[in-house]
Amino acid sequence: MSLRLRWLLLSTALLATLALGAACGDDNEAKPGALSGKLEIFSWWTTGGEAAGLQKLFDIYGTTCSKDVNVVNSTVAGGGGAAARQVLTTRMLGNDPPGSFQVHMGHELTDTWVTQNYMEPLDTLFKDEGWSSIFPKGVIDIVSYDGKPYSVPVNIHRANVLWYNKAVFTSNNLQPPKTLAEFFTVADALKAKGITPLALGDVEAFASVQLMETTLMGKLGAEGYKGLWTGATDWKSQQVTDALTTYKKMLDYVNSDHSSLTWDQANDLVISGKAAMTIMGDWLEGDMKAKKFTNFGWLPAPGTAGMYDALSDTFGLPKKAPNRDAVMCWLKVVGSKAGQEAFNPLKGSICARTDCDPKLFDEYLQSAMTDWKKDTIVPSLAHGAAAKQGWLTEISDAVTAFVANKDAATLQSRLATSCKTAGVCK
Amino acid sequence: MNINGRRLLNLVTSEQAVAVALIVPSVIAVGVFVYGFIGWSAVVSVSRWDNVRPDYAYVGLDNFRDLFNNFRFQIDIRNTVVFTTFFVAACLGIGFVLAALLDRRVRGEGLFRSIFLLPMAVSFIVTGVVWRWLLAPRAGVNILPEKVGLPAGAYGWYTDPNVLYVHADSRLGDALHTIGLGFLADPNYGIPLAMISVVIAATWQASGFVMVMYLAGLRAIPDELRDAARVDGASEMQILRHVSLPLLRPVTLSAMIILGHQSLKIFDLVMSMSRRGPGFATDVPALFMFETTFQGNHFSHGAAISILMLLAVSLLVIPYLFWSLRREARL
Repeated sequence: MSLRLRWLLLSTALLATLALGAACGDDNEAKPGALSGKLEIFSWWTTGGEAAGLQKLFDIYGTTCSKDVNVVNSTVAGGGGAAARQVLTTRMLGNDPPGSFQVHMGHELTDTWVTQNYMEPLDTLFKDEGWSSIFPKGVIDIVSYDGKPYSVPVNIHRANVLWYNKAVFTSNNLQPPKTLAEFFTVADALKAKGITPLALGDVEAFASVQLMETTLMGKLGAEGYKGLWTGATDWKSQQVTDALTTYKKMLDYVNSDHSSLTWDQANDLVISGKAAMTIMGDWLEGDMKAKKFTNFGWLPAPGTAGMYDALSDTFGLPKKAPNRDAVMCWLKVVGSKAGQEAFNPLKGSICARTDCDPKLFDEYLQSAMTDWKKDTIVPSLAHGAAAKQGWLTEISDAVTAFVANKDAATLQSRLATSCKTAGVCK
Repeated sequence: MNINGRRLLNLVTSEQAVAVALIVPSVIAVGVFVYGFIGWSAVVSVSRWDNVRPDYAYVGLDNFRDLFNNFRFQIDIRNTVVFTTFFVAACLGIGFVLAALLDRRVRGEGLFRSIFLLPMAVSFIVTGVVWRWLLAPRAGVNILPEKVGLPAGAYGWYTDPNVLYVHADSRLGDALHTIGLGFLADPNYGIPLAMISVVIAATWQASGFVMVMYLAGLRAIPDELRDAARVDGASEMQILRHVSLPLLRPVTLSAMIILGHQSLKIFDLVMSMSRRGPGFATDVPALFMFETTFQGNHFSHGAAISILMLLAVSLLVIPYLFWSLRREARL
């Protein structure tokens, strides 16, 4: 009897909630123009500076768009967003898209959602806000498909950065390496002193993929590297063989327990001086700051000076997004100068816009802003800009196998095959 | 209708109707959410669905062919075989020894039983996290020797990329080649050392359960049988070997089935402990299915892997079900 009573209570409560929800919905439609209701923003920003930056964007939304909109911060934890993407896919396929979601610019957005007809083009928004002249052309090209932009980039991260412990270099009378040749000289000297030259943490496969990508850039140059993703550079060429052999040689200088560490645990080795350098994106600076370590320096990854290996977090407009008007205002905030200047210093990235005030940023980010203006922009492979996700998973599988068996010829043939499977190479 | 007939109808409506009404919801739920989705996965596994937008165009067995040609899936098959073999063997061995010891009616038996069974109450996720730290090369058991002044251990545990296999240029490799089994001299027919760490964690969790099964089995053996053996002059070891073990065969079989189907589907332990491991040394089909589906958007490949896993488990479970049904019928 008590069970039945409980059921009764439960279903009554449920019905009441539904009725309330419906009533609220009616309310929304009653006042066109003014924004209200719910706006769900989906991201994987859960920790430290990124969560604080996201909160700033919400605050700005409250003041410039509407205080009546209930902004729902729906996050799925996990660096790089692998776990979040799985939840997003389930929701999009289940016809339950969030208002807007974080997605890397490039093929991760285009080949997964745009070509499959899940997104609305934003050309009108870009025209109204005058963004075509404010975002660099290289970025607009990457977020566009068929001539129309499909997402608003909020930040730019750089993947090809070499971070090093200054104390280790000064006490051993060494100079941080600018080229691959210098890297190997320095690495040999460090190894002789019992210091791990290069820290790597590839529990998540992206770290070793990213190391390969910076090596490919260093050996092939910007144009050669970009050609890999369009079919212009032959994966079977001698240049690629050289690059992969160099990559293999680099792996001789990494810590032996790399497969058990995350990228930030690898950074702990640099901070403690057990390792001298690590090649990681510039989100690592935030990790240095969080761990109160200041005696670090940075350079472009060996051989990649003049190249900006870019990835960007962007927000788009899903078709069938609930509360479309509220989402449009969110996209305006994300692309605005005020929004980007508030978000990026906290996130540890630079603005995708070119008109942000450098004084708001720290020393590293200021140097990155200078490079951003003059360097050649190349798309990051490991972070979804260069290749579609299906291709990327095949590449990272091939790299995972390679890191253990060091068989460069097999890696090269697998990479060439994956390019064919992806439909890019003939 | 006469009075009897009406009474019969009443009986039907009251008792059978209640029974049917009680069963129908779960039949529908299981039909839709278990068998319905198995059927749907089967359809997807022979479709061309290769990006987020569903595409049910029939492609026959192409996806399965792709998988068996995929190097990662080949490694996964090897890993599953290695994991299942070592895990089941270790659990049965340790579980039996513990049960035989406890069966001596030691003092504090209840306490020991609880201690050995306790890991069973922990989820595989927790087990994975705990053992990841215990076996981390820079922490855990490797630094234990340091505490007593010895040099720290250098064993890589689940980060060890080495695979034990017969090298083609070794003498054994030559021998295999001459008898036409040269293909066995390949890392794909080896033992990935990193997997042993995962086996240790899984065994820690499951051997207590096997112990309880064996203990119940041992207690069910009538004392008269053992006494008779003793009268015939058998030693305690001989009794265990020639009286108890044969009578425990049904227990062993049940334990093998339960452990076996667990290990074929293992995902959570590996995910929280070592993930794919160095060079996929600890990768398993369930992990590959998850990644290829939700990160690579290869939905049809993911469905094909899940169907293959279902087939593997069925091969194990269905004969067992038949066997136990026949036994029940005989009793």
